[in-house]
This record gives sequence, C-alpha cells and structure tokens, in this order.
Amino acid sequence: MSANGASTSDSGVAIPPAKKESKKPKYSKFTQQELPACKPLLTPGWVIATFVVVGIIFIPIGAVTLLASNGVVEIVHDYENSCLPNLSRDQRITHIQNPTTNKTCQATLAVIKDMDAPIYVYYQLDNFYQNHRRYVKSRNDKQLRGDNGAANETTGCKPEATINGLPIAPCGLIAWSLFNDTYGFTDNTGNSLNVNKKGIAWKSDREDKFGKITPQNFVNNMNSSALGIEIIGGKALPENVPLDEDEDLIVWMRTAALPTFRKLYGKIETDLKKDQSLNIQIENNYNTYTFGGGKKLVLSTTSWLGGKNNFLGIAYLTVGILCMFLAFVFFLVHFRNPRPLGDPSYLSWNRKIPSAANSSH
Amino acid sequence: MKRFVYVNDSDLTPSIYCNNRISNTKYTLFNFIPKNLWEQFSRFMNKYFLLIACLQLWPLITPVSPASTWGPLILIFAVSATKEAWDDHGRYLLDKKANERSVWVLKKGIKTRTQAQDIQVGDILWLRDQDEVPCDMVLLGTSEPGGICYVETAAMDGETDLKTRVVPPPCIGLTSDLLHKIKGVIECPQPDKDIRRFDANLRLFPPFIDNDFCSLTINNTLLQSCYLRNTEWACGVAVYTGNETKLGLSKGLPEPKLTAVDHMIDTLTGAIFVFQIVVVVILGVAGNMWRLSEGQKIWYVKYNLTSSPWYEFLVIPLRFELLCSIMIPISIKVSLDLVKSVYSKFIDWDLQMYDESTDTPAVATNTAISEDLGQVEYILTDKTGTLTENIMVFKRCCINRVCYGDATGDALTDTQLTRALQEHVPEVVKFVKVMAMCNTVVPARSGNGALSYKAQSQDEEALVQAASRLHMKLISRTGSRLELDFLGDTLHYEILDVLEFTSDRKRMSVIVRELKSRKIKMLTKGADETILSIVNPEQQCRVISEAVEHYSQVGLRTMCVAWRDLDDEEYSRWSVKFKEANSSVTDREWKVAEVCQLIETNLELLGATAIEDKLQEGVPETIRTLRKAGINFWMLTGDKQSTAIQIALSCNFVLPEPEGQLLHVQGRTQQEVQTSLERVLRTLRISSTEPKDIAFVIDGWALELALHYNKQAFEELAMLSKTAICCRVTPSQKAQLVQLVKNCDYRTLAIGDGGNDVKMIQEAHVGVGISGREGLQAARAADFSLGKFRFLERLILIHGRYSYNRTAFLSQYSVYKSLLICFIQIFFSFVSGVSGTSLFNSFSLMAYNVVYTSIPVMTVVQDKDLKEETVLQNPEILYICQAGRLINPSTFAGWFGRSLYHAAVVFLITIHVYANEKSEMEEMAMVAFSGCIWLQAFVVPLEMNAFTSVQILGIVGNLVLFYVVNFAVSMLKWGGMYTIMDRICRQPAYWLAVTLIVVMGMGPVFALKYFRFVYRPNAINVLQHYEHMTASANANPASVESPLRSFEKGSMPLSLNSPSKAELGSVYEPLLCDSPSSSLKRGGLNYSTDFIPSSPSKFTLSAYARSKNN
Repeated sequence: MSANGASTSDSGVAIPPAKKESKKPKYSKFTQQELPACKPLLTPGWVIATFVVVGIIFIPIGAVTLLASNGVVEIVHDYENSCLPNLSRDQRITHIQNPTTNKTCQATLAVIKDMDAPIYVYYQLDNFYQNHRRYVKSRNDKQLRGDNGAANETTGCKPEATINGLPIAPCGLIAWSLFNDTYGFTDNTGNSLNVNKKGIAWKSDREDKFGKITPQNFVNNMNSSALGIEIIGGKALPENVPLDEDEDLIVWMRTAALPTFRKLYGKIETDLKKDQSLNIQIENNYNTYTFGGGKKLVLSTTSWLGGKNNFLGIAYLTVGILCMFLAFVFFLVHFRNPRPLGDPSYLSWNRKIPSAANSSH
Repeated sequence: MKRFVYVNDSDLTPSIYCNNRISNTKYTLFNFIPKNLWEQFSRFMNKYFLLIACLQLWPLITPVSPASTWGPLILIFAVSATKEAWDDHGRYLLDKKANERSVWVLKKGIKTRTQAQDIQVGDILWLRDQDEVPCDMVLLGTSEPGGICYVETAAMDGETDLKTRVVPPPCIGLTSDLLHKIKGVIECPQPDKDIRRFDANLRLFPPFIDNDFCSLTINNTLLQSCYLRNTEWACGVAVYTGNETKLGLSKGLPEPKLTAVDHMIDTLTGAIFVFQIVVVVILGVAGNMWRLSEGQKIWYVKYNLTSSPWYEFLVIPLRFELLCSIMIPISIKVSLDLVKSVYSKFIDWDLQMYDESTDTPAVATNTAISEDLGQVEYILTDKTGTLTENIMVFKRCCINRVCYGDATGDALTDTQLTRALQEHVPEVVKFVKVMAMCNTVVPARSGNGALSYKAQSQDEEALVQAASRLHMKLISRTGSRLELDFLGDTLHYEILDVLEFTSDRKRMSVIVRELKSRKIKMLTKGADETILSIVNPEQQCRVISEAVEHYSQVGLRTMCVAWRDLDDEEYSRWSVKFKEANSSVTDREWKVAEVCQLIETNLELLGATAIEDKLQEGVPETIRTLRKAGINFWMLTGDKQSTAIQIALSCNFVLPEPEGQLLHVQGRTQQEVQTSLERVLRTLRISSTEPKDIAFVIDGWALELALHYNKQAFEELAMLSKTAICCRVTPSQKAQLVQLVKNCDYRTLAIGDGGNDVKMIQEAHVGVGISGREGLQAARAADFSLGKFRFLERLILIHGRYSYNRTAFLSQYSVYKSLLICFIQIFFSFVSGVSGTSLFNSFSLMAYNVVYTSIPVMTVVQDKDLKEETVLQNPEILYICQAGRLINPSTFAGWFGRSLYHAAVVFLITIHVYANEKSEMEEMAMVAFSGCIWLQAFVVPLEMNAFTSVQILGIVGNLVLFYVVNFAVSMLKWGGMYTIMDRICRQPAYWLAVTLIVVMGMGPVFALKYFRFVYRPNAINVLQHYEHMTASANANPASVESPLRSFEKGSMPLSLNSPSKAELGSVYEPLLCDSPSSSLKRGGLNYSTDFIPSSPSKFTLSAYARSKNN
C-alpha cells in the first residue's frame, strides 16, 4: 500500500468529522524502516576478490617495510656481565652498590656497515618493569611542571615522597631510580666522539611537562651512608639545573610499556665508516644485578619506520601470502564445487516435504 | 468492619475516608530520588557496579581514575531515572485529567459543578447520559420510570451489553427535588475488589417513607469507570472513592515482564561474572607470588616486605577485580533500554499496523519486551471480538420451506424475499415481525433523527437491524407500547408479557396484543433443538431443520422462529399463573419456566435465521501464516462449544475431517473427565507421528475438573496437542491455561479484546490487546495493542523477529567489546609484573564503553537481515528466533572466542611494532586502543546485513569522532595524552600497525563467515541468497516469488525420484547443529518436530484452498 495513496484517501474522508484529529502515524522512511539500504552479500566473487586485493596490497608493503628495516644499521653491545670483574652474584651486588668501587670499563666495537649521522645511542634495559603499578604512578606531574609552590606537591609519590619530613623534588620512584650509567666514545684515532645530549627528550615534555624547578632533598644527591639508607637509587641530579634542562631525566620519566626497552642516551652527529672500530668507556653504575636484568648499549641509525624492526615486514608478507592462499583455496573450492546459492530446497521446512511424501507412499 | 456512609450529610460521615483523588503514580516529588535509587539498587548488576565504583575510591588499588566507573554509572542512573520520571509523569497527567473532570455534586443542598477529585464519601452525585461514573456509588434515583438505568460496564468486565441497574425500593419514585433533601445511612463492607458483590443495607431517615433496612446488591450500584447509557440522568451517593473503589483496588501495577532474551543475557552475564572471579583469583595469586619472589629483587619498586599492612595480600586481587570489572559491560542495560524503546516506537509508527476504520494505530505500551514477540511459540486467543469482528450480521433465513440468500449469501439482498414481503406472504410477514418484536431491543433516536438500536445481545440487534432493512422497522418501545413501521403503515402493539431467555430454556417469547385487531400473539425465538420440540407436531419441519444444519456447518449462528395465536381466554388463564409464579419467593426461576412451558406449546414454526459473526478481515490467513511459523494456537472463549468449533474451522484453527480431527474432553464428574482425558491422550500418542491436524476441545466444567484432579495428564495433553479449543471458560481459567503453557517452558502470547481477557493478558509473556468494540480495557492492560487481529502477523514476524535479531546482536556485541578491552588489560598485566597496571587511561576506557563502541552498534535498529516480504512469505524462518538460535551459550562462546582472538591480535601486534625505543606507555596504549576501535568499525558491519545511511553514518562518524576527540584531548597540556595523537599519527608504523590489526583480526572471521554462509548456510542465509538472486535477476524486487511456493510447484517429481537431491539435503543440513544447547532447551523433547507443523505442504495447500473458498 503506498503511503501517499493512503493519505490522500484519508484526507478525502476526513473532511466531515474534521474536528477529530487522526491518530494515524506520520509517514517517513525512517519510521517505516524503509530507508534505502545496500545489502552486500558474501558471494564467492566478492570474497575472493577481497582476499586477492588485500594480498596484492600487503605483499609489496611488507617488502618495502622489510627493506627499510634492513637498511637500518644497529650495533648492540651487551655489557651486563662483561663490564664487571669476575665475581659471584652476591659479590656483584655489593660491588655495584658500593659507591667507592671503580666501575669503569672499556670495550671496542666494530662498525660493520657505514652509519650515517645522526647515529642514535640508546641504552637498553631488560627485565626492568617501568610499567609496574607501584612504579608507573609514583610521580607527581604537577611538581614536575614546577608551578608556584609545586615543590611541596608530592601526592602519589610514595614511597619516595618525603625524607625526614621534607618534600623531595623530583619525587617518586621513577626519578629516584634514574639510570646513571655513562658512555664515552673515541674513534680508532683516539679522538673522542661528541655525543649530543640536547634534544633527546620530546619537545613537548621539555616545554610543557617539565618546568623550572630545581631538585631539592633529592635522595640520590645526599650522602647515603649519612642517611642510613641501605640501597642507593640512581643518578644524582645537579642541584642548580632546572628539571626541564635535564633531558636524561625527562627521557627516563617517559615510562616504557614493556620490560625490555631502549631509551635515548644521545646522538653522535658524525658518520661512521664501515670497518671502523669504536672504543667505548662505560661507567657501569646502575644496579641491574639484584633482579637479573640486562644492560645493552645500542648504536643505531634510523629509517622512516624508526629503528630496526623486522616484525612489520614479516607480518605483512605473511598476511599477504596467506590472503592470496585463502583466495586461491576459496577459488578452487568454488570452482570444483559450485554451490547453487539461494536454492530454497535447502530450507529445512522445504526438505521435509519429500521425506513426508515418501513415507506416506 | 463496616463502613457507615451517611447520605448527604458531611457532618456525620467520618472524614477518615479518602477523597476521590485517584493516583496511579509510583512516586511523589519528594520520594522520587530515594525510592528510585532504592529500586535501581535492588538490581544485582547495579549493586555490583556500585561496589566497584566504591572500591575505586581507594587510591591504593584503583588502576584507573574512579571517574571511569562513576561517570557511566551516574549516566546510567540518570537515564533510567529520567525514563521512570517520564513514565510517571505520563501517569500523573492521565490521573490529573480524570481527577479534574467536572461532575455535578450536591453540596449543602445545592447542585454544584465540582472536580471529580473533590467528591467525598456520602456526597450525592448527578450523572447525565454518556457520563463516566467517577466513583463507586449507590443508585438513588433515575429519570426512567421504575427506577432503572442502563450502564455499560465494558471498562470493568469487558461485557459490552447494557446492564440494568435499579434504584433500591425505598427510593423508587423520588423526584429530583426530594433527592436533594434525602438523608439516610448505608452500611457497607470495607472496600474490596469483588465487582460482583456488594452486600450492604440502606436505611432512609424520616420524613422518607421507609425506616426499615433495605438490603442492597450490586444491582443497586454504579461502579467507577462504567458509563451511563440510555438514561437521561441518574443520581447516587458515593460510597467508595479514589483508590478505594472496586476498580481502584483491582488494578495495581503488574509485575514487570522479562523477556527470554533478558533471561539469557542474565545467565550469560552470570557466567561472565564467574569467569571474572576465576580470572581475578588466578591473577591475584600469580601477582602475589610474583611480588613475593621477584618483587623484593626489583629494588626500584621499593617493596617493603617487613612492615607491609595486613591487607597487602588483598591489594593485588582487588586491583585485578577493578581492572576486570569492565568485563561486565556497564552500558549494556542503557543500550538495550534505548534500542528497545526504538523498537517500540517502530511499532507505534508502523503505518501497516494502523487501522484506518477505527483510527487506531498499534501501540507498544510495554517498551521492553519487543524481542519476546519473535520467540512466541503459543498464542492463546480469545474468540469474540478478537478473531471475529464482534459484529453480528443477519445473513440467511429459511421461511416456510424456502431458503433465502443461497445464491448471493445474503438474504437481505435476495429479491425473492423482498418480493415475498411486497406481496404480503403471511408466513414471511409473520417471520419478519418476530424478528422485529421478539426481543428487548430499545430503539433510540439520536439528535439528527437517525434511529439506532440499543440491545443487550448482539444477536437481537442483528435481527432488528435486518428486520428494519426488510421494511419492518421497530420505531419505538415505550413502556409496554411498541410501534412498528411496515412499508409505511404504522402498527401498534401492546407488550403483555416477556418470557425471558435463560440458558436452560434457550428460548424467549414475547406476548403482544395487536392494538388494531385486539388479537393476542405469542412470538418465540430460540435455539433450534428447543423450538423444534415445542412446535405443532403436525407441522413438517424437515426442510427447516436441514437448513439449520446447513447453516451451522458454514459457521453461522442459527435460531428458530415460531409464532402462536392465543385467544383471550387462554391468555388470561395463563396470565394469572404467570403472575403468581413471578411473585413467588422461592424457586422463582424454576416456577416461571414451568409456567412458560404451559403456553409455549403447539407453536407454528416459521423458519430459521442465520447470523454471522463476521471473522475479522485476514484472520484465517494470519493464523495460517503464524501456524506455518511454528506457532501453536489455543482458543479460549466464553462462548459455547458449537460456535467455537465453527469459528475454529473457519479460521484455519483446525482442518475439517479427514485432515483434521477434533478430540473432545468432556464429562460432568471427575471420573468421566479422567476417562475422557485418558482416551484423548491415547489417541494423541498414537497419532502424533501422523501428519494430521489434531485439536482437542474442552469446556470450562471439564477443564476445572481436569486441572483439579488430573493436572499431570492435562499438562501432557497440552504438550502433545498443538491446537486446543477451550470453551465456556472464565477469565481466571484463561489465566490458568496461560500459566499451564508457561510452565511447560513455552513462550506464550495472549491476545484478547475484553475485560475478561485482562487476566490472561497479564499472565502471558506477551499480552496483546485488540482495541475493539469491547472497550479499551484489554488494550490498556496489554503490552501491545492492535486495531485488528491480522496485524499480529506483522507484529510477530516483522517487529518481533527484527527486535530479537537486533537485541541478540547488540547484547552479545556489548559483552564482546568489553571482553576485548579487558583481555588486552589482562595480557598487559603479564608484561607488567602482574601488578595490575592499566594499559589504557581512564578517559579512553570510559569513552570506549560509553561512546566509541555504543554509538555504531546502536544503528542496528535499522538493520534487516531479510526483507519484510521475504519473511512474510517464509514465516517458517521464525523458528530460528523461537529456538533462540541467535543468542545462546554457543553463539556466545563464539563471541567470547572472537574477543580473545582479537585481544591477542591487538596486543601482540602492538607490542611487537612498538618495541624497543618506541615502547612508551601512552603511545603504545593509544596504538592498541586505535586498533580496537578500527576493529569495531569492521566487526559491526560484518554482523549487520543491510546498510542504510544511518548505519554508515554511525560507523564512519564514530571513527571520525574517535580521532576528533582524541586530538582534542591530546591538546590538553596537563593531560597524560598531551601531544600523543600528533606524534603517532605522523608515524607510518602506527598506520601500518592498525591496518595489520584489522586485517589479521578480521581475515579469519571474514573467511569463516563466508565459509559458513556459502557451505553451511542456515535458513536465513539461504533466503538472503535467494533475495539477492531475485533482486539481480529481475530489476523489480517487488515481484519476488516465494521460494516456498516455487518449490511446491516443482516438488512432485523431485520428491519421487531424485535421490541425489535428497542426499544433498542431508549433507547440507542447515545450521540445525548451530547450537547444540538449543535442542536441550525443551528438556528432552524432540524439538525439530516441534517447530514445524508435521505436514506443512498438505496443511498449507489445503488451508489455502479453504481460505479461498471462504
């Protein structure tokens, strides 16, 4: 019944008893659930075509991504164990916790491929839970922004909020456990390579998240034996440098989501040639020994995708190939065994009829 | 306790009685907030969420900000409270309208116009014709001589005939002036809800004549909500007012109904709750173990193991409890409430369910149970007014061995009959005179002079109407005078006696004297068997009895008409006896009947009438379609057995022999009923394999005995028999039968139109009221009200089915998306030292539930898996809904698995792409979060079937909204997400990761769906393909031919010799195995034979042929 026809006939009749308003619902496509709709169906043609198209797009992307990742040159030096005298586990811990022991060590790395500047220097920590619930929340962003009087703001910083009743700035476990190994680089001629530590933190962090607040009552700056504190934390912060200039801290405070992570240490702004050797001086201060962590020094160039990571390339290639394969299988199945779609004889109530007819015969 | 009502004396009547203010509202302005909160918190889910929200206030354990739970919780409460307030406001407005209606009340001796709510007990009220009675009152005076008045009690008990109410004897004859001064006392019981009882006494004070007690009955009352009819005025005293009236006490908010889907959702939510507890316990134990073994080694976390508080071991499990609390989607109730109200709006708006003739649209009063319509398995229907029009029309007659109206089917247009009348053929004229006079019909002239008839019985009205069309017009009946107009001549009669109809006598007679000739005649009409036994034995009545037989076979209500001339002497002799019998105190009815029999002998049989209670338009077709859809029909009627069976036959309830068979359960004693029941059961058990259409018939008396003594046997009978006809049943028996079917775990729908159906409508899972001629009471009590029975087809097959499909998707999707985000959190806890860190920030979590995953899926309200025409042509498709194929533990397991898989895909891809130097919390969270949102943009369309602009807008708009909102949030300096969106959107890795998530997540789902769709199609898929093919084959989709019918045409050769096809059939069993649990639902009943009539083709074809013949 067309709604137009109905409404005209209605108005034709409705003139004599016009005082009574009709309760007839108003017509609209929405209210009658008659909005035009497209009804795509999972027909073999469409499905096979979709899989083929996805495959065709994914395989080249995978290849390009893999190429980009392979173009990245990466030197990884694990110094967790090599940078210590040969000691037992317990001795290592006492060694690393003793502030007076000499912790420097040397290593030589070979550059296997040309590396173009800037070369990023990362430190990698393994099995370090920056994402631990107690750790990740133990900071105070207000304090770090350094607004007026923010130095006293230490909520959420427990158990590193106050010392002897005085507020710590920057407070919290994250700042307290700041990574404090240092690296020095010299090339094979003995010239030291400059590591640029400016601009390693996010610009937005430097400008907006951290402010002009200088460290005060910072535990790592104090003489730990005087305080009677057993374990030391991480790096000490220079008393007169505001936090927004301490980019190591800013980088560290961007907590990592996974227990294995790399953080930017600095940038070497000269190219390194193939087969060049690189001397590094490491000051191995940071205690990863109690929890069996790992420490690595990483030198890496970068591509449009970032650092070396084959995952995307391989995943794209695999998915692309799988899609093609599925398309092929579907095509074969469809070709071998074409289904007459939409045949009502597949309906169960229709199929009952022949069986009933047979049984009655 | 008694109540003393002092008539017209406000000083004496104690003021403890409430005034006449009726109130149906649930809340007042002051108790709304506490009462509503209390009600909301009585639900388990809300208590749970409140507990979670409170736990979140403890900063030590909360993984996210409390706002992420408080926000949605408050929103949900606000939405529910607003809805309640809105509904209550609606009730308030209705009450207000009723309360402020003005009535004439006697105040201090003066008739004044006051609002109905100001009526006090003891006030004297005046009502005019057509007025609604504002409260329960005792009649004191009327305009009619003899102190009678007519009321229509349809709103109360659903009976449309006019009832007579009489003024108590002491007040008879009081004039209006005297009534102003009347004083007295009525002693009546405390208010109760029995509308058939009023045992009270009245005593008038002097100077009024009688100072003895006069007993009052219900016949002396006017009850609230009745209408005064055919009476100029009536006057009475208020005895029960406000909510204490008999109607006020018998209403009361019915229990809220829960749908089968609601129950399923509750069950599944319970399962998730258990799962959540298990997860929390496991993770809590693991977390504590990790804390004890690894925790002390990771010095940078500074676990203090020596001085930790005693509850330390609880902290991690509680954190996980909070983290996992999102598993149970907080938004599901609000989303469901919202879409359900849209479903009900669609019902209200549906033009195809609008009845043009009565200007009634369909109304969904209960907005929460639309999807139950799609799961209906039993329809229990009233007969009169529901299946039939409740319009009696005189159709045929047989006079003096001539049957009129055979050719055209209508005697009124039969020229033979009109010619016979013109020629004054004596038998014919006599016949028509009886039709016009032998009744209690009152003709009434309305303002414009048109004549209308007021009758207690629809049959009488039909006969008088027919007589007037045959030029024998009943013009007036005043007192004992009666005027007829026959072809322009006016005939005057005096009514001497009326020998009333009783169900024992099954006949009525009128004795009249023609004023011109002074001759006395007796006119009789009645059931054929009684009349035929009292006619003159010399008369040949074979032709007429054959005609009667024939008429009743075609479903007409028959009556025989007879005549007798009396001489004055005989009459006066008899008249004395009659008066004597009438004034006797004991056994009056029996004595009167005895006397009547003396004169009702030796009648001259004139003929037989046949009246049709027309079936409503489309009833047989509707019932046929719905039976094809696997719905079983029971007819529950107060009417007599033969009529019920005739109607049942004519509207496809049962097929006539030999395809159908009626089994009678009868008996007057317990023993008889039991034997009969057992015999019927035996027959049913034997024939249950045969493709035969079997129904049982039972009457109210036998039913009472069966339900009392043989309940088990009767239940078995109810399970075995798909069709039943129950006649002469009372309203409470109707409700009992609904209860019985409900107890057998079937979804029931009760449909009726009168007040006598209210109980069963409220009892059934779904109650449907026909807003018909028997008032609106059923429609008011019902969950849905329709203008005509035939709209039921659309209500069930279209609205019910779509609602079920949509709710099934929406509810399972809501759980899926909550599980998805929760699983990611759980996975993340394994790489964060099982410490209960939340990967996502509070804002994202809140927005995810409330916005991003709620908006797109809401557009499912426009989704249609099949076109309406396809569904109507293949009603069998409803079995998928009835069997609960779309939401059950196994489909739910599918969604559960999908969420697990998707969570794994999102998590693994994110942590691998964002590894090493990119491993930053906020960035990685955003990547994973975007992955989830993008996945949703594909999951939702994959599960939808038809995309209208609404859906496309919802899905695409949601994605746009996601980026807009997050970019906005990324601009906030103090927020954790500052600049994050800027950064990641610039990274190719982000877009590559999201694309990979989508393809990896959707690829297998898509492939699996395709495979099932093409190689394991269920019935819906087959029909979707069919629709697709026909749409592309011929550009005009309107001409889709039913696949069923096309199959029927080609089925014969195929069924006989096509074994290959049959083999195919068994291999490609459609998704009957879709849900192993659904077959368990019936507790061992073989369901596959249950939802399809055992012989659909035969049934369909023959039923179709029958309906054509009709």
